[in-house]
Amino acid sequence: MTLALDEARRRSRAIEAARRVNIAVVVFLVFYLAVGLLQPTYLEPPGLMNFLRRAAPLAILASGELFVLVSGGFDLSVGSLVTLTVVGGSMLTANDPSKTWWAIAVLYGIGCLVGLINGAVVAYLRTPSIIATLGTLLSVNGAAMMWCGGAPRGYLPDNFRMFGRFVFHDVPVIRIFPLAIVVLAAVCGLAYWGLHGTVFGRRVFAVGDNARAAELAGVQVEYVRLGVFVISALAAVTAGVMLGGFGGVSIDVGLGLELQAIAACVVGGVQLMGGRGTLVGAVAGALTLTALFALLTLLGLPQPLKETAQGIILIAAVAFGAWRQRRAG
Amino acid sequence: MSAAGVSGSKPTGRRGLGAPALLLVGSVALYVGVAFWTGQTKMLETDGVIGLLQRMVALGAVALGQTFTILAGSIDLSVANLISVAAVLASFIMQGRTEMMLPAIGVVLVVSALVGVVNGALISRLHVNPFIATLGVGLILQGMLSASFTDFAGSVPREFQAVAYGSFGVVPYSVAALFVLAAVASIVLSATRFGAHLYAVGGNAEGARLAGIRTDLVTTGAHVVCSLSAGVTGLYLASRLRSGAPWIGRDGVYDLESIAVVVIGGTLLAGGRGGVWGTLAGVLLFASLDAAFNMMGVSAYPKLVLRGAIVIAAVAVYTVRMRGQVA
Repeated sequence: MTLALDEARRRSRAIEAARRVNIAVVVFLVFYLAVGLLQPTYLEPPGLMNFLRRAAPLAILASGELFVLVSGGFDLSVGSLVTLTVVGGSMLTANDPSKTWWAIAVLYGIGCLVGLINGAVVAYLRTPSIIATLGTLLSVNGAAMMWCGGAPRGYLPDNFRMFGRFVFHDVPVIRIFPLAIVVLAAVCGLAYWGLHGTVFGRRVFAVGDNARAAELAGVQVEYVRLGVFVISALAAVTAGVMLGGFGGVSIDVGLGLELQAIAACVVGGVQLMGGRGTLVGAVAGALTLTALFALLTLLGLPQPLKETAQGIILIAAVAFGAWRQRRAG
Repeated sequence: MSAAGVSGSKPTGRRGLGAPALLLVGSVALYVGVAFWTGQTKMLETDGVIGLLQRMVALGAVALGQTFTILAGSIDLSVANLISVAAVLASFIMQGRTEMMLPAIGVVLVVSALVGVVNGALISRLHVNPFIATLGVGLILQGMLSASFTDFAGSVPREFQAVAYGSFGVVPYSVAALFVLAAVASIVLSATRFGAHLYAVGGNAEGARLAGIRTDLVTTGAHVVCSLSAGVTGLYLASRLRSGAPWIGRDGVYDLESIAVVVIGGTLLAGGRGGVWGTLAGVLLFASLDAAFNMMGVSAYPKLVLRGAIVIAAVAVYTVRMRGQVA
């Protein structure tokens, strides 16, 4: 009798634990395994390290976007901010490595300003964040084009590019260790602490769940909104600095990244309109999307059909989330 | 989007005719003022004004449809991609032959309506957030289109070009059609059961459902209207460009711009309030801005920066008076 009860309890606890594992983590593992089966190098340590390096910018963007989404808003301006960071980086450094640190500081300053503008427009002018950040998307893209005269020239100095590019060689066991993973881990750690370990994080959830209730409970909703948009913008600058190390300077590096970041969060179980989401989910979502792109490339799908696949996955993930939520009541 | 996005938002200012009239006066004042300031008074003669109205047609047609989805508390981000699909499909089927005009138009409208049904079903049946559902459908459409066509496909016959280039006297067909469509949309919204239900669902979906309204059908209907209007815009662009290419919708940023003009026109993004005349006034503002920038010789990039700032400013004019929290 008691044995049977214990057995049942243990089973329910196992089910409970299984339910708490983010579904995106499972989906990611399945996708990654599929990628590994098609291209075994992905299953070796250097392959995994390179995969993480390539996924890092999107994961960082998603970590920032997560704050805005959980607070109930959208940030559509992050892609254009990535573009501005890369273009601005090349203009500010002008091929001079000694200017790199100064340039990065200026870029973070610009990012902070864009975040403050987004947050202020939403918090004080009461403009829906889709429209507010759409406006900054247009303006920031225009500013990036103006800055470089429409055609970016030059390249980024090596010490600017090292964040996305530099790899430690001859590391034991894993052989290579990209610097990008250090940045990724640092950003994720900070974001995890910020959202799940601080009073500010609790307030972000409270505002996203019910802004009016949070306000009545004494939360300074305006400050929370300013905070989440600044965090998202700073994450975008970080992702931009890393992407600058990946490829050349161009005006479309950030194109569509805002939607990918939102998609990553949604795949990771973050609820649009606020109140629900985890950092683990957002990062797992970003890894899932990156694995999906790798899988589609390996399958030899032409670039446009990748877009189609992305659309299907996106809808499926959200439909599944909605279904699970309705079933849970 | 859903009613949860805006809680207790009660605009304190006047609504109804106030917003469109204000925008109309502002747009005209801007256009006339800049024309005088730069000394280009011939822009105020018939040709100049017709040119201004013609700038409104493509964005205006799709924005009329977008008004329906936003009034219903939904949103449609797939319109830009659907416009490309419609334009390419039309010119590819026509291949410059007159006898294929009607079949091509028929196919485009059927495909558009189907896309609307899919959007509506995803949102109202599978409860997918409208932002994601239409974004996903847009990606699916664009992917399939770009995989099949990489350049201008086919061409439209001379007779079909009349859609964009023909006119009754001085008034182009397209401009006349835009205003007729707006009038029809306005009547549908104000004098039919569907229109009344649309406002009810947008204002309070749960309340509308409890009152016995089939909210799923209303939402789907709004999306079908929106997709059809995107299809019509695609047909118009195919006629104007004499062929369709898979990037024309995206290049025009019709998804985001159509949402922007609807909201600038005084329709609440949360749904339930607004109308098509405000939307048309918003389109006129965008057209006047473009014309004014051209007259002043502002180059392309500063124009982008200003446009972004103006989108925010134009929406903030309404929203700043709202109480309560907005995300």
